Parts: sequence; C-alpha cells; structure tokens
Amino acid sequence: MATAEQVAKEAERRDVRTRWLLSAPALIIIFLAATGPLLIVLVYSLLTPGAYGDVKWQFSPEAWLSVFMERDIFDDTLSLAAAHVTIFWRSIKLAIVTTIATLALGFPTAYFMATRSEKTRDIWLFLITIPFWTNLLIRTFAVLQIIRNEGIINTILIKLGIVSAPVQILFTDTAILIGMAYVYLPLMVLPIYASMEKLDFRLVEAGYDLYASRFQVLRRIIFPLVRPGVIAGSILVFIPAIGAYVTPSVLGGGKNMMLSNLIELQFGQGRNWPLGSALSITVMIIVMVALLAYVRNAGRAEVRHG
Amino acid sequence: MNWKITATAIGLALLASTGAAFADGELNIYNWGNYTSPDVIKKFEQKYNVKVTITDYDSNDTALAKVRQGGTGFDIAVPSQTYVPIWIKEGLLLETDPGKMENFKNVAPEWANPDFDPGRKYTVPWAWGTIGVVVNTDAYKGPANTWGIVFNTPDELKGKVNVVPEMGDVMFAATKYVGGQQCTDDKAVLKKVRDLLVAAKPNWIAMEYNTIEKMGAGDFKATSDWNGSALRQRLANPAIHYNYPKEGFGLWSDNVAVLKEAKNVENAKLFQNFIMDPENAAGLSAFHRYANAITGSDKYMPADMKDAPEVVIPEADKAHAELQVMCPPEVQELYTKIWTELQK
Repeated sequence: MATAEQVAKEAERRDVRTRWLLSAPALIIIFLAATGPLLIVLVYSLLTPGAYGDVKWQFSPEAWLSVFMERDIFDDTLSLAAAHVTIFWRSIKLAIVTTIATLALGFPTAYFMATRSEKTRDIWLFLITIPFWTNLLIRTFAVLQIIRNEGIINTILIKLGIVSAPVQILFTDTAILIGMAYVYLPLMVLPIYASMEKLDFRLVEAGYDLYASRFQVLRRIIFPLVRPGVIAGSILVFIPAIGAYVTPSVLGGGKNMMLSNLIELQFGQGRNWPLGSALSITVMIIVMVALLAYVRNAGRAEVRHG
Repeated sequence: MNWKITATAIGLALLASTGAAFADGELNIYNWGNYTSPDVIKKFEQKYNVKVTITDYDSNDTALAKVRQGGTGFDIAVPSQTYVPIWIKEGLLLETDPGKMENFKNVAPEWANPDFDPGRKYTVPWAWGTIGVVVNTDAYKGPANTWGIVFNTPDELKGKVNVVPEMGDVMFAATKYVGGQQCTDDKAVLKKVRDLLVAAKPNWIAMEYNTIEKMGAGDFKATSDWNGSALRQRLANPAIHYNYPKEGFGLWSDNVAVLKEAKNVENAKLFQNFIMDPENAAGLSAFHRYANAITGSDKYMPADMKDAPEVVIPEADKAHAELQVMCPPEVQELYTKIWTELQK
C-alpha cells in the first residue's frame, strides 16, 4: 500500500511530465524556428564558398578571417579590413544618429500627446499610427517625391524666389537621415507615450511648487519617470536602423554601401555565402553587445536617480 | 448584401478553377519582372489550351539560387547568357534540343550557335541588347560615344551621372576603357581599373537601377544603361540619346530554357517553339522593348522600334560590340573586392 506521501509525489511527477509534454510542441517550434536558421547561418560561415554561389561542404575559416582582415589583391599584404570597418561604422553611425534624431523629435511629441485631454489623445495616437498602414517602400518613395530636385520643397523654394537652382537634398546623407527619422519616428513616440501617459502630473506640479525651474522639472522628474519608455524606444529604433536597407538605398543613391548592402553583395553578385553569413553573425554580435552595454548603463543610471 | 458579394466571389473562383481544369495543361514560367508580354501569353494559352502562370525574379543570382534548391514547380526560366553555362554545368536544364524545332529556322544566324549554348541544345533566344551610355543632350552636347562620360566625366555632367550597379557590367566597361580584355586577371590592368573607378566615383550622383524615372525627372543627366531602358527614356524625352562606347560595349541576351525538374515538359517545349515564330517574337519585343534575334520579326515590330537607334546597332558601331561572358570564380573574387572598395 502506498502511503499518502508517495501518492502525492507520484501525482506531482505525473503533473510535471504532463506539463513538459504539453509544452513540448511549442518549445520545439521555438527552438527550430528561432535557433535553427541561425545555426545554419553559423555553419555556412565556416564553409568554403561554391564557385557560383551556395557553399561547398568543406571547412574553412577564410570567411571569418576576411571579415576582419583583407589581403590586398595587388601587393598581397594582409591588413585590417578597412573597407568592412568603414561600412560597419557608417551603419552604426547612421543608427546612432537616427536614434538621437527620433528621440529629439519623439520626446516632445509624446509629451504633447500625453498632456492633451483624454479624448483628443486617442486622435493623436491614431495619427501617429497612420504611417504603419502603408508599406515602408512607399513611405520612402513619398519622402523622395518631397525632397527631389523637382519635388515639393524645391518647387516651393524656387517659386518663392528663395533659391534660383534646386537644392540637392536627394542622394545626400541628409536625405538618408530625413528618411530614417521619418520612418522610425513612430517606433520612438509610441513607447515614450506609453510611459508618459502613466506619469502622475501632480509630481510635476509639486516640483513647480518647490521652485524647480522648467528644465529641472524635465530633467529631475519627467525624464527619470519615462526612462523605461525612452530605453524601449531607443532599442526599437536602433536595431532596425542598423540593418536599414531600403531607405538608404532609395534616398542615398546606393553609392556608399550600408552593412545590409555588403551582406547582400556576398549572397548576390559576390557569390561568397560564407562571408555573407560571417558578416551577418558579426552584426548580431555588435547589436547584442551594444544593447547589453546600453541597458546595463541605463539600469545603473536609474539606481543613481533612485 | 455582403453574403451576395461573397457568393458571387466564390462562384467566380469556382468558374475560374474549372476554367483552368478545362485547359489541357499548365505552364509555369519563372522570368524577370515586367518582361513577359501578356498578349503573347494569352495567344499561347488559347492556341494550346494551356494555363500559364508567371513568377518574377529580380536577378540572375536569385533565380539560380532558387532553382538550385529544387522543388520550385517552375517549368521554364530565362537566364542571361553569362549564366546559361552555369545552369547547364550544374545540371539544372533539360536538353530539349531547340536547334531541331520547327521554328528554329527563324533564329538569326549570329544567335543560332552561341558560345554559351553551342548548337542551341538547351535554350531559345528571348531578347538581346547592349549596355551603353545614355546622355541628356540638353545638359551635354559633346561626343558621348565613350565610357569617358562615366569614368572621366566632362565638367557639364559632374555630379549628374548615374551608374547602374551591375558589378559585371561596370567591370566590363571599366576594363574596356583602360584597354584591357574582359575577365582579365592581369593585376596591372585591374589596378588601373580600380584606380579609375575610385577616381571617377566622386563625379557620380548615384548608383541605382531606377534610371527611366530619374532620367525623365532630370535627377540624372547621364547614366550607364541597357538599350531598352534608353529607348523608353527617349520616347518620354527626345533629348535623351543612347550611345555605343567606342572602347567596346557589352552584348547580352536572355534565353528561355526548360528546367530538368519541369513537370510540364511538352508545354514548355511548345513554348520554346512558339516564341521563335516571328510574329510572336515581335509581340514579345513590343512589350519588353528589346530586340529578339528572330529573322522576319521586323515586319511585325511596332513602328517606334523598327529603326530605333537603341534597337538597331548602327553599322559603324557594330565592330565595338562584344558578347559578355561569365568570368571565372577567381576573377569574380577580385571583382568583388574592387567593388567593395569602390562602394565603401
């Protein structure tokens, strides 16, 4: 005869088993769908490129070497892969500048929205989400129509006699930044707004009552309280911005490669899939390190502010 | 009211599916986007009672990679001449022997036995063309039959030139401009090519494919381009001229091949034969705006193409034409490195 304790233990074991079995399909799918493709990319990065695309099943560290080092094709010397570093840095710089620009535009926007009456807030929120209704490519081409030489801005400037010849905006770094800021702005506004909405504005009033200046209120009260929203928004903007492909190509004119172009080249005309895979993993690592550093830093700052 | 619409939609869908079922078969074509004349396809469907489905691709590399994975369900693909030997070598194509087909007699002699498919064992010509220089003569009136427009840009065009970022084509043009042979592995020549490209780039405004619209709007005043694209630009703006560079310009051709994994082989063969008919070939040209390599098709060509300088290469320029080939992997690797350095 089993004791009551044994029965209970047995039941618990069965319960655990059932739970594992029930969640197994989900776990398997998560593993296969999330990790599987990445493993393939990792394996491919360690193989030899096929003559005309694809890979040969032959181990080679060459791809990883050429991510960081390059052999000069003319004098055969080995040096740091300057071209890759330049391209990586260009993409990272663009992602950082885009994050700062969207923050500068998005923070006041979110503040404005959060301080409206409850009814009108919904309208503003609705307006912010409208750009998501159309495809990214279409939004980018809309920006192109505005800033091109025969576009709206230049036509107005010329009609008003402010300039005599069109100002070249399209195909410049400014054009890329305008496009990126426009495309990613909602991703910054929405999380900040979500934090800002929960903000207890009585604290702001209390701050003024205690003779805080406007800037002090912003810096010491509002900003610390909406920090989670700012962090979330920055992450949401930074990650896609670092891999941005469409916007820099369409507005920048494609003269200077972005990270994504460099990777695409390896899978397309360059026919070096292992190098493409190695570059992709490098990007992931960079993003991960940047995020960890950012989140840890931001977390520490929060403790300091108490 | 809503259920009525739904019912009608279902009815129509049923009708459409039974319509397909009445056809004797299907044909799945994998081709470049915006390249296949719907009129010619309709004619083929009616003649042979076959339902044709067209799927687009945007580059030779995409098409090759996808077909190589297998299980695509496509019967026909249209690779460029540079890629045809790879498709053959990788065993992706079915030897349908178009050289023995009824309509093969119409194929122009210069395209009947090309190096990329000796004896036309696999492929049928779909279109061919050239890669040259397009200039808006309102912006630049000087001689433009030279790659110098792109690589040694005259002052009037500085900051207004576009380059279509097709690596193989740009390397071909630059190699010709410095006096080398295509696909050369001569480091001295390649070094000149690299230096030329790097020095030329500051004068370019962009490197993109979307030339028709940008030349039309005036964002570009000159560009390297395909001849069919140039034709469309001139029809929109008569000041835009196409030029054949005297240093040597590339010839290309796209070719219809049947895949080894094709399920509708007979229909695919019928299609290969069908498009070698002069009237049908002209129909294809009327849509994609390139020449078609079928003798006798000029009778049926649209009026604006018959004597178009973009389609009919002038006698004086013919000597400078050269069919582009696929460079060996080692050269391709050097090209990629130069290309990365150019665009860094």
